[in-house]
Amino acid sequence: MRTGVDMAGVGDVQAGTVEGASGPQRWRVEVVPLRGLPVVAAVVAFVIASIAGNWLWALTFCHVAGGALWTAVDLFVGLIVGPILGRLPAAARAEFTARFMPKMVLLMPTLVLMTLAAGFQLALKEGNLAPGNPNHAWLIASYCVVGVMAVIALGVLEPANITVLVEMRKQRPDGQVIAALMRRFIYTAGITGLMQVATLIIMTRVATQ
Amino acid sequence: MRRLPPVAQLTVCSLSLVVTGGILMASYVPRQPPLAVPAALTAVSAVLALASGFLLSRLEQFAWPRFFLAFRWALLAYVISAGMIGFAFVRDHTRGAPLALVIVMLVIYALDVPLVIAFTVARYSSPPYASS
Repeated sequence: MRTGVDMAGVGDVQAGTVEGASGPQRWRVEVVPLRGLPVVAAVVAFVIASIAGNWLWALTFCHVAGGALWTAVDLFVGLIVGPILGRLPAAARAEFTARFMPKMVLLMPTLVLMTLAAGFQLALKEGNLAPGNPNHAWLIASYCVVGVMAVIALGVLEPANITVLVEMRKQRPDGQVIAALMRRFIYTAGITGLMQVATLIIMTRVATQ
Repeated sequence: MRRLPPVAQLTVCSLSLVVTGGILMASYVPRQPPLAVPAALTAVSAVLALASGFLLSRLEQFAWPRFFLAFRWALLAYVISAGMIGFAFVRDHTRGAPLALVIVMLVIYALDVPLVIAFTVARYSSPPYASS
């Protein structure tokens, strides 16, 4: 569904209020790409079925595939795409953001849900949560890491992400608002990157004990 | 810049406490967890969420239509998310008082996240950013 306001001129967002639809490029910003929702629903249904059936392969698949994508996307965006984006002209940055962020609105929560729900069930099934298990302490550490990432993602980044998209749907997006909100991603990139590296260390320890 | 009450900060603190309580509870699975600390964290979290809601309700010149639009869609998404987490606990035979506490935590979680999203969206659609 494409119901947004014309986005021509959004490239000027860093310079302040964007002037109306006068540029050559005209597209509409979607906050949530509705065409992706059936895919999300299918993934969620698959995760629920895996947990309900306690199906080892499916739980492992959801946890490993979801976790690998989550960590890789987070690190790639934070360490590679982010710095490149920061050096692009404002017009290119705004255009990229308007196309990229709606996809992240669906992708990241789905990967997180898939990874955590399947991972918890998998740990339980494999006996890793038993107090005497050598992996128990590592898993508690991973809960703490995930807790920090969850609060940053849900309380800081997701509101900023959605607000940027809503701002970009306006006929005259305010560049200062967008720039201020995008700064949140820069400030938290270091913490998120550190937490993801910690996750990699913890999970490789758990898998090899 | 217009100063607004610390709705987002209170809500994020509330979310942090409920996440911490959830981690404490989850760290005891499959054993019966001690409930005192998670219950205390949940109580403080609920107070912060209520305080946040109270401060929000007193706001004037706020983009309420945009707030409610964002809130209801985010609520739908986070009710589904909370439902899945609750399902995992029920599936793992959490019963009685621990399950009740988990449900209260999930209710707070499912309200906190939409609240902070909707507040952030609406504040930038309210004066001085917009004339709504």
